[in-house]
Amino acid sequence: MSGQTVPVDYSGHMLDLDEDEDLEVFSKAPVADGNPMPNSPSSMVNQFRLEEDEPQDVNAKDLFITVDNPESHITAIETFIMYRVLTKTTRSEFDSSEYEVHRRYQDFLWLRSRLEETHPTLIVHPLPEKFVMKGMVERFNDDFIHTRRKALHRFLNKISEHPILSYNQHFKVFLTAEELTSHRKQGPGFLSRMGETVRAVANTVRGLKSRPEEFAAMQEYVDDFSNKICTVDKVTQRIIKEEREYLDELKQYGPMYGQWAESEGNLAEPLKAVASCVERCGKETEEHAHHLSEVLVPTLHEYILCAETLKAVMRRRDHIQAEFEAKNEALASRKSEQEALQEEVDGLSDRMEGSNEALKGDWFRWKAGMRTDLKSAFVSSAEKNVDYYEKCLAVWESFLLSQRAESSDQQDGEDVS
Amino acid sequence: MAEDGRDELLGTDGDSEPLVAGRSLRNKGVEQGCSLLRRMEICVAEAEKRSGRNTVNMQEIFTVYLIETRSMEAVSEGHNSAPDSLWRRYSEFELLRSYLIVTYPHVVVAPLPEKRAEFVWHKLSADNMDPDFVERRRVGLENFLVRVASHSVLSNDKILYHFLTEEHGWREVVYETGFQAKAESRLRALSATFRVRNTDKRFMDMKHYSDELQSHTSQLLRARARVADRLYGVFKVHGNYGRVFSEWSAIEKEMGDGLQSAGHHMDAYAASIDDILEEEEHYADQLKEYLSYAEALRAVCRKHELTQFELEMASQDLISKKQQREELATGIVRTFSFKGMTNKLFGQEAPEQREARLKLLEELIAEGEDTVKEKTVECQEHVERAWVDMQRFEEQKDKDLREALINYAVMQISMCKKGIQVWSNAKECFIKM
Repeated sequence: MSGQTVPVDYSGHMLDLDEDEDLEVFSKAPVADGNPMPNSPSSMVNQFRLEEDEPQDVNAKDLFITVDNPESHITAIETFIMYRVLTKTTRSEFDSSEYEVHRRYQDFLWLRSRLEETHPTLIVHPLPEKFVMKGMVERFNDDFIHTRRKALHRFLNKISEHPILSYNQHFKVFLTAEELTSHRKQGPGFLSRMGETVRAVANTVRGLKSRPEEFAAMQEYVDDFSNKICTVDKVTQRIIKEEREYLDELKQYGPMYGQWAESEGNLAEPLKAVASCVERCGKETEEHAHHLSEVLVPTLHEYILCAETLKAVMRRRDHIQAEFEAKNEALASRKSEQEALQEEVDGLSDRMEGSNEALKGDWFRWKAGMRTDLKSAFVSSAEKNVDYYEKCLAVWESFLLSQRAESSDQQDGEDVS
Repeated sequence: MAEDGRDELLGTDGDSEPLVAGRSLRNKGVEQGCSLLRRMEICVAEAEKRSGRNTVNMQEIFTVYLIETRSMEAVSEGHNSAPDSLWRRYSEFELLRSYLIVTYPHVVVAPLPEKRAEFVWHKLSADNMDPDFVERRRVGLENFLVRVASHSVLSNDKILYHFLTEEHGWREVVYETGFQAKAESRLRALSATFRVRNTDKRFMDMKHYSDELQSHTSQLLRARARVADRLYGVFKVHGNYGRVFSEWSAIEKEMGDGLQSAGHHMDAYAASIDDILEEEEHYADQLKEYLSYAEALRAVCRKHELTQFELEMASQDLISKKQQREELATGIVRTFSFKGMTNKLFGQEAPEQREARLKLLEELIAEGEDTVKEKTVECQEHVERAWVDMQRFEEQKDKDLREALINYAVMQISMCKKGIQVWSNAKECFIKM
């Protein structure tokens, strides 16, 4: 295993690495060309801490990305969807202020894997899943594409808001290059991820000497959070299901008032009015279930995937620590090659420190983002519920009004006669 | 549903809002003729469990209901005297109603609350001993008594008065009226098929309407129960939010408080459906009353068919007897008869025999004419009285059901207001997250 800290090349070329080698590509200074940010880990941490206390000024946002316009592309071999990615920016690193490119899901996968490789202990926002588990008939039905597009949009925006990742060279290439295929090399990138995963799992099974307390706490939190968010998602899905079944019954129930009205005289009018009320409330119910699906469910789903990302990040961090510890032990037991080994150990130690600091910083950032996102989604859902009940209230109150008007008419009639 | 006078005058039970139509129904009942309700305030105050031996000498537990009566004078003079009271069980109410429908076949008699819980949505108990069911039955029995006591015809019935005032020996008095024999023949007639030539179109239309009413109310009740079931599910799942938010809040620092209190509101939301649906049962009861009323209406129409049929039969019989007389008198046989045949085969009978037979026939014809007169009167009276009562019923039904629909809307509004409150609170908690 090469012990040298490999100078990182961010021009888009893949590093030539053997498959056996440690394929973790990382850096103490994860910056692209011309990045004004300081290089040392500690100052990075300070940077992050600052961001936790002061919410990011919206006016400071200088990178705007949208993902839209899904189009079906049919070739001889396959069918896939192309999404349009529009970028508007004032950043000096970009040659132009506007870009329009077309990307497919695979391209997004590529981008994310490059980001993770470059910054193994930063929290890279997850992508929507490759497949949907629960019995999808068509791979590309409208709902699926709609959901995926929204998630891809979220993904790019999350990256663009990240103080480090948004300056990543691969990210820039993704947003600007007309053709991405020349930049993507199918080789080590994917394999490296696979290799890393296997090794990371192996290392955690072997166990670390001792995980620093803050990371132990982090791990515990991540496990708990993962459970909770999965449960909240399940409950939400169940609510939607129950609401849809309720709606089905309402659709049978309402018209019965109308049918009854046909055999009635004086009662026909109020009966028909009730039928109409039930129908309108049904529509509101439908809208409500739809809103849950559009707003709360995708957010919860995103954070379920985030939890998995966090677990992977923690594994990688553990792995980096394990490597250092292993080398350190070797240093202690070996008599020869002390100098060379020492150098290696120092390198791994630096790498470990850097990774830990990177994660710590990003952790606060992620938590703040999670809080904002989930809070916003819950608030929105609560608002929608209030809105739903207010609309139904109005429906029934107008019915009451109509009936009271009726009865006062009748009374007037009676008085006159 | 007829409003119990008790709420207004005794003012004890504060939880039921006086319903507009109920009040006017009571007033209307009081205005019509010298109804019992005008003279006396009636309510079914309580229910209690008793045990005793039934007709096959087996131990059973049953519920009895306390009927309280008080003369209107005492009430208006502000005397706080204790009301007269007695206990009755459901089967006695059934007996009373049986008696009334047999004795007054032209009246659309108010129904009793259901014997067994039907159209139940699954969480609601179908148990007759369930306290909520007993309570709703108490209300239904009171409603029955008030309706019957405010009816211009029924309110004058002695048996009814006796039912309300004398606890012991009432059953015997009812049986002594001999109504049971009539009850049996009525039941047979109701289910019999017979061809009637001339029926009053209004009654046939009304009978058709009663079928429609029955069909629509029962369909509606079934659908409503299914809707209630589903709504219950939606609310209860939110309880799971309560639990998970609480657990989640334990691992969060800044978000903890907001999540925790939001969770409490979710629990409250989940719990609120029980009262909401219990309240809705009153609406269902109002529909059930008219489901049963449909049957009573149908019975009145059937009675018309029956009386008309009997009249037609009696007329037919009279005609054929008169024809027989004519044949005997003139010797001309127009119709086939065994006598005619045997006469032909064995020779004419003796003049004395003929005389005897003629005389008998005359008597039968006289009887037959009386019968026809009777039946004509019966038929006509039934048509007149029943038509009046059916008009009354129709007016009452329109008013009551409209009131029921308004109540339903009021319940929906109340549910919406609760929902707005809970979710506004939850929103505040989420904002604090």
